[in-house]
Amino acid sequence: MKPVNFDYARPADVAAALALLAQDDLSVKLMAGGQSLGPMLNMRLVQPDLLVDITGIEELRQVQDRPDEIVLGACITHADIEDLRVPDVTRGALPSVARGIAYRAVRNRGTVGGSLTHADPSADWLSILSALGAKVTLCGPSGARTIAVEDYVLGALEADLRQGEMLVSVAVPKLSASARWGYYKTCRKTGEFAHAIGAFLVDPDRGVSRAVIGATESRPIVIADATHLLGDGRLERLHTAFDGDAAGAAIEASGMSDPIDRQIHVVALRRAIERAHSA
Amino acid sequence: MNTVTLTVNGKAASAAIEPRTHLADYLRETHNLTGTHIGCEHGVCGACTLLVDGVPTRSCITFAVTCQQAEVTTIEGLDEDDIATELRAAFSREHGLQCGYCTPGMIVSARDVVLRMEAPSEHDIRVAMSGNLCRCTGYVGIVRAIQGVIEARRARGIAAVPDGNR
Repeated sequence: MKPVNFDYARPADVAAALALLAQDDLSVKLMAGGQSLGPMLNMRLVQPDLLVDITGIEELRQVQDRPDEIVLGACITHADIEDLRVPDVTRGALPSVARGIAYRAVRNRGTVGGSLTHADPSADWLSILSALGAKVTLCGPSGARTIAVEDYVLGALEADLRQGEMLVSVAVPKLSASARWGYYKTCRKTGEFAHAIGAFLVDPDRGVSRAVIGATESRPIVIADATHLLGDGRLERLHTAFDGDAAGAAIEASGMSDPIDRQIHVVALRRAIERAHSA
Repeated sequence: MNTVTLTVNGKAASAAIEPRTHLADYLRETHNLTGTHIGCEHGVCGACTLLVDGVPTRSCITFAVTCQQAEVTTIEGLDEDDIATELRAAFSREHGLQCGYCTPGMIVSARDVVLRMEAPSEHDIRVAMSGNLCRCTGYVGIVRAIQGVIEARRARGIAAVPDGNR
């Protein structure tokens, strides 16, 4: 259980990290908190020549408060969000989900950018940030680009990173006072990766009604207009409008053929809706 | 080889290490601090949990080279710590350990629960401690020990610090 021998670099800014990534004669791997990559290195599932530790980059630990969104640097940790060192603009959604990620020792080091880039379909941030309509910004040799969180994940453990690119920030939209969200995951053991995730956001004032089925075999299933599942979002008891058959059909249409698997995911979404938070 | 310079249990330390050396191996092999136990070595069992800059950390998936200038506290460094002292007595009283392999990690995680959670229920404690596996006790004694320390401290007017003094 020892990693292969690798070299180590700790750049001080994004430009220096990109320069290290640009060496195409080496296998270079970026690491932030190392809570997913660490185990993979120990098990030699990843065998890099060079490990680039990006936690020394000040810019990646910054938070920018903009009028309609908050931008989190890639190295903001789960505990930063849980403990509200990052202002919450999601009416409790992100801190609440953060509290349920793995265990406190993992949350102290694991980062939001690292989790998304690791692209495990069962990871919490992937599902809730897709539900909230968050975007990631990637920097590379040909400049920066911004894409939706759900588009950043191409499949299990595969992020949409082009040659020499790295994730630098995650922009989370500010929810309106009318917003309600819910999140539910099915885990066999507390803190383990989920077998099914359901997440939703209704924000009638902003015209948003989204549902996400996560912890699939691949990328999350995002229903960008979920009014047929959730109604117009203004009902007091949202779950009375929930159409489980329609949710099942949407899940089946995206390729989940096993009926038991499908049922677990429908139930996760129903429970997310039953536990709708509005505060 | 890289040089890592950090503080271990309050003392300055420096060593030349391979970057692949994880913190638990570094502490055990270089400083003979064998109180940090290595279990699964992929961040699941919690046996290797210690404090880096005051917060619980899995030392088997934290590379020592990334701990430049960090303050590391192992179980050996918690001898005089108030909460750890109370926990040790409570673990003995409640039979919170048998073989002892998980205990250093348990104490570090339990200390964090006592420090941060004001009045957790038994369920809250079980959830908070779910990242530390014990194969002997069945957890009942561990949970009772933690609950007892929390109740005693709150009764003495010592409040929780939700963010653990970060």
